[in-house]
Amino acid sequence: MKLENMYQEIILDHYKRPHGKGLAEQFDAEVHHVNPTCGDEITLRVSRGADGKIVVSYDNMGCSISQASASIMFDQINNLDFESGEAAVEHLIAMLQRTVEADEDILGDGIALAGVAQYPARVKCALLAWMAWKDAAIQAGADNNESKIFTESNKEQN
Amino acid sequence: MSKLDVAAIKADFPIFKRTVRNDHRLVYLDSGATSQKPFQVLDAERNFYETHNAAVHRGAHLLAEEATDAFEHARANIASFIGAQADDLVFTKNATEAINLVSYSFLNATLKSQRGAPLPKGAERFVLAEGDEILVSEMEHHANLVPWQELCEKTGATLRWIGLTEDGRLDLSDTSLFNNRTKIVAVTHQSNLLGTVNDVPAIVKLAETVGALVFLDACQSVPHMPVDVVALGVDFIAWSGHKMLGPLGIGCLWGKSEVLSAMPPFISGGSMIESVSMERTTFAAPPKRFEAGVPMAAQAVGMSAAADYLRALGMDNVAEHEHMLTEAALAGLADIPGLRVIGPENSVDRGSAVSFVLEGLHPHDVGQVMDESGIAVRVGQHCAKPACIRYGVQATTRATFYIYNDLEDVDALVAGIYSAKKFFGV
Repeated sequence: MKLENMYQEIILDHYKRPHGKGLAEQFDAEVHHVNPTCGDEITLRVSRGADGKIVVSYDNMGCSISQASASIMFDQINNLDFESGEAAVEHLIAMLQRTVEADEDILGDGIALAGVAQYPARVKCALLAWMAWKDAAIQAGADNNESKIFTESNKEQN
Repeated sequence: MSKLDVAAIKADFPIFKRTVRNDHRLVYLDSGATSQKPFQVLDAERNFYETHNAAVHRGAHLLAEEATDAFEHARANIASFIGAQADDLVFTKNATEAINLVSYSFLNATLKSQRGAPLPKGAERFVLAEGDEILVSEMEHHANLVPWQELCEKTGATLRWIGLTEDGRLDLSDTSLFNNRTKIVAVTHQSNLLGTVNDVPAIVKLAETVGALVFLDACQSVPHMPVDVVALGVDFIAWSGHKMLGPLGIGCLWGKSEVLSAMPPFISGGSMIESVSMERTTFAAPPKRFEAGVPMAAQAVGMSAAADYLRALGMDNVAEHEHMLTEAALAGLADIPGLRVIGPENSVDRGSAVSFVLEGLHPHDVGQVMDESGIAVRVGQHCAKPACIRYGVQATTRATFYIYNDLEDVDALVAGIYSAKKFFGV
C-alpha cells in the first residue's frame, strides 16, 4: 500500500503527540495561515532573541500531515537564526518538489514527509507551518535584521 | 426499488472503464462537485465541432446558420427541462457567474440610477439604497454569499441571513427577516454541504408578502430532482451544466421575463447590443443582453444532450434512485462509532449530499485512505465555511450520489470509513 509511504509511523507519532504545540505569551510577530480548501489552520508566533535566534510557538488544527509537519518544524527550526531556518524551509520545498534528496541533517524527521510528494493535493498541508514560520519571521524583521517592529504595547493588544 | 439500470447507465460513461489507485474500480462519490459525462454528451459536443462549428449569431454562411440553430435549439431544450421558455434562459460560464450577473445587475442599476443614466423599464426594483436588505441563509455556498456581501459593501445595503436549526434545516421562525426593506432573498434549493432540500414555497410566500425577489441556487437540485420553475414561483434560478452530466464551462440563469427585461447588463461587448454609436449604446432584449461575446455553443449542445439523457431516465426516477442510496448511506453511517452526520440525519426533504465527521480523524486523512481504495469523496469546507462553523466543525468528508452509483458504492463508502478508522487506530 502506497499510503504508508506518506503516513509513516514517525508522522503518525508526531500527529498524535505533537512537539511544542501551544502559544507563547511573549512574541514579536504572529501570523495565522490557512489552507482554505480543506480548513487546516495554524496560528504561529515568533520572538527574536538578542542573539538572532528565533523562538517559535504555535497552535493548529488540521489533518495529520499538517499537524505532524508543524511538530517537526518545531523540532527542526525552533531557536535557529533566520538564514538556517529559511534554508530548512527551502530544503523541504525542494524535497516536496522532488528536486533534491532529503537531507536528514536539515529536516530531521521531516525526511519522512517525502512521501507527501506523491500526493500533490497534500503538499500544501505539509508546507503550512513552515511557510507560516517564514512569514512570521519576516514580519518580525528577522530577514534583514531590522529592529523589532512590534512594540510592547502591540504585544499587549495581541 | 430503483427504476434505474445502473449497469446500463455506467456503460454509457467512459470514465468507468478506467481504474484508479492500485487498480481499484472507481467509486465516484463526488458528483456534488462535478458529475461524470456520458458518451452521448461527449459525442454531441464533438459532433458540433466536427460538423457545424462556427461563431453563432454571426455570419451569413451555412455553418454559421447551423451553429446558431444548434445553439438556440439547445437553449430551448434546456429551458424546457426546467419548464421554462427559451427567451428566459441566459447562458453563463457557470452558476457562479449567473449569480454575479444578478448581483451586478443590482449594482449597475444602483450606480446608473445615481448618475441618471438610462435604465430599462422596471429597473427601480434593482436600485439599492442604504438600509435596503439582502437576505441569504447560513447554509449558502460561498458562490451565493460572497457576491451578495460584495454588493452590500458597494451599495450600503445590509446583508441578513436565515439561521439554521440543529438538524440542518433553515430556521424560518424569525419572519421579521422578511420585511419591506428586503430587496432579494437568495437561498439554495438543496445545500451542497448538508443535503437539506429547502422549503421553497414557504420562502416564496414570505418573500411575496414583502415584494422581494427570490433567487434560487439550483446547482444541487436541477441535476437531481424534477424542477419546474413555474411551480416553484421563484424569480430566478441558476445552475451549472457540469453537475448535470454536461460539459464544464457553461451555466444557466433563468429569470421571469419581466424581471430579466428590467435588468441592466452585466458584462458588455459584442452581441448584447441593439445599436452602438461612439456616444452611447442601447442593449438587446434578454437573453442576448446578458450574453456578450461569442457564446459557448458546443457546451450548450453538450448540456442539451445531458438534459435529454436525464429526461430519458426520468427525473422522478433519478430522485427516487438517489433517495434510496441516501437512505442506505445514512443507515450505514449511523452504525459507525464516533461518526456524526452534519445535516439532516433522516432522508426527509433531503438530497444525496451526505457530510460527516469522525471523532479523532481529520476529513483530509479520511479522504486519503478512501482514495487509496478507489473511493472519490470530497473533503474540506465545500465552499460553505459559515455552515461548517455553525455546526462546530473545521471540515467534513462528503459523499454525493448520482445515477451511476449503486448500493455497492454505499457499501464501499461504509467499508472505506472503517478502513480509515483502522488505519489511524481510532
